[in-house]
Amino acid sequence: MIQLDEYGYYGKFGGAFVPEMLFSNVEELRKIYVDWIAEPDFQKEFQRLLRDYVGRPTPLFFAERLSEKYQTQIYLKREDLNHTGAHKINNTIGQILIAERLGKTRIIAETGAGQHGVATATVCALKGIRCIVYMGEVDILRQAPNVARMKMLGAEVRPAKSGSRTLKDATNEAIRDWIQNPDDTHYIIGSVVGPHPFPDMVARFQSVISLEMKKQLLEKTGKDYPDHLIACVGGGSNAAGAFYHYLNRKEVGLIAVEAAGEGIDSGKSAATSVLGTDGIIHGSRTLLMQTADGQIIEPHSISAGLDYPGIGPMHAHLIASGRAKAVAITDQEALQAGFELARLEGIIPALESAHAIAALDKLSFEKSEVVVINLSGRGDKDLETYMKFAPK
Amino acid sequence: MNRIEKLFAQKKEGILNIFLTAGYPGLDDMPKLVKTLELAGVDMVEIGMPYSDPLADGETIQASSKIALENGMTLDILFEQIQELRPQVKLPIILMGYFNQVLQYGEHRFIETCKRVGVDGLILPDLPLIELERRYHRLFADAELPISLLVCPSTTEARIRQIEALSTGFIYLVADAATTGNAASINEQQLLYFKRIQAMKLTHPSLIGFGISDKNAFDQASQFAQGAIIGSAFIRAISGLAGEQLHQAAENFVQRII
Ligand SMILES: Cc1ncc(COP(=O)(O)O)c(C=O)c1O
Repeated sequence: MIQLDEYGYYGKFGGAFVPEMLFSNVEELRKIYVDWIAEPDFQKEFQRLLRDYVGRPTPLFFAERLSEKYQTQIYLKREDLNHTGAHKINNTIGQILIAERLGKTRIIAETGAGQHGVATATVCALKGIRCIVYMGEVDILRQAPNVARMKMLGAEVRPAKSGSRTLKDATNEAIRDWIQNPDDTHYIIGSVVGPHPFPDMVARFQSVISLEMKKQLLEKTGKDYPDHLIACVGGGSNAAGAFYHYLNRKEVGLIAVEAAGEGIDSGKSAATSVLGTDGIIHGSRTLLMQTADGQIIEPHSISAGLDYPGIGPMHAHLIASGRAKAVAITDQEALQAGFELARLEGIIPALESAHAIAALDKLSFEKSEVVVINLSGRGDKDLETYMKFAPK
Repeated sequence: MNRIEKLFAQKKEGILNIFLTAGYPGLDDMPKLVKTLELAGVDMVEIGMPYSDPLADGETIQASSKIALENGMTLDILFEQIQELRPQVKLPIILMGYFNQVLQYGEHRFIETCKRVGVDGLILPDLPLIELERRYHRLFADAELPISLLVCPSTTEARIRQIEALSTGFIYLVADAATTGNAASINEQQLLYFKRIQAMKLTHPSLIGFGISDKNAFDQASQFAQGAIIGSAFIRAISGLAGEQLHQAAENFVQRII
């Protein structure tokens, strides 16, 4: 059974390794999140916004030409069709409702690809709440369209200038901000990472993905589950949402796709499940890339959303326990898969999601098997990168 | 009695604890700096084990940690430095760092090494009370390696009592809701907080830290606790210096405080 214990652990991974200055905020959330999310009023508002504002349910699309190529039955869960272009908004809608109930007047977030930043800026605009997004300097350059969107939505984008100047460092800065502003501020974390209860809370908000999937699969295939379920993993929120209702259903093969960067052994990688060891990052005990001395190693991926040296504790547990299989995809393979999906299905995926598509090449399926790929986001933000590598 | 207990038994007020990052400004500067600090009148030192992702630290200490790591500082080098330094100074030497560093070194090996080289106590800000209680308290207690726990403005009274029960060193009163180095002078709200804690009559001695930067703040803090910890301001005072200048700056800094 995949289950969270009372201390916020999945197996040996999880917990809340936060300094005392953050304890009261994290504890406040821990006490209320399960009950509040279950309340009918909360659910009513959450569902209304997901439906009327985000545009849910997102379609489950049978990808005919892709299926033909890989000789199996491939469906795409179209999270790219959400408002703002990725799954990230499922979580930000949920968390802004929590923040509102907590009486918070200032929101902070970290972002890698900028999708979570945009999704946070969006819900803050919707609610008229001040929004500050931390983003690594490197990511600000490579995801310029999303920086512009956040600004247009009224958010302040603060560059994270420490370390590798990517997602890990933006997360550090957001946590430091929260330490300094504990009273008026809620931290909308963007993935299933961070101290308990964040990983579980974010997974619950994202679980709408697999809830819809069950119903859609039943209608389309006659059974409510796929044989293989593929999602990319940065921190792991889209994967957590896609896996959620199948965690304890052994008949579903869970495949977590990580970014190998320039290759697992190249020294420029973000394949945490292979390169990572048990440790603590951003308040959570999980797998992370680190030196023997516990210094966190700067990761690399062409995709800003996967350029993270850890994974959420749930995924660490799923992989360590053998429940999920990890597949590593290089920058090149992801780019190629992005072009393939564009040309075969007329869908330009986010570079993150392109990693999930590329995993098709690494796996084998029966012709009759049902494969669902969680298409976490759209590729508009990545056009500049894609064009640099466009096939002639 | 360990060195921390001895110090607090002998000196009831105005204890000055200086924080410095191991391996900063130069890889080998820490031991000699500690000697300089002791001669200048510092009562205790807190040595930061430089970390790549120091969540509870402000910009100054982050930057010093980065330089220290670039200088090649590792835990093994640090422990060697402390072992050599230990017989040359009398003041308590406290290590401050992040729990992942302890985990990767190996909890048992870390504690044994601390004892062997003469570390007098630990501060691990991201080791939360619940984890300490569930898994580590016994380890530290059996090794008689004191661990100092943090109390901050949002810590409830009930929790402070729990912290008191598990703390084996002094209580570290975080001056403000802040990462290190960020506060200006002590304000009304902080005074109320200090008074509230003082009225609780803690069984452990306490030191105030985070954002204490000058004589004024140090003197004020000393009214509510046995003394204070100064980190970022000291790091700024020695930044970029080497040789004689470095030690002169450290000495001058202390003289401005006490
Ligand atoms: C489209 C898309 N997919 C995936 C991710 C990775 O995040 P997670 O692993 O939390 O789903 C991101 C992050 O920015 C993203 O924008």
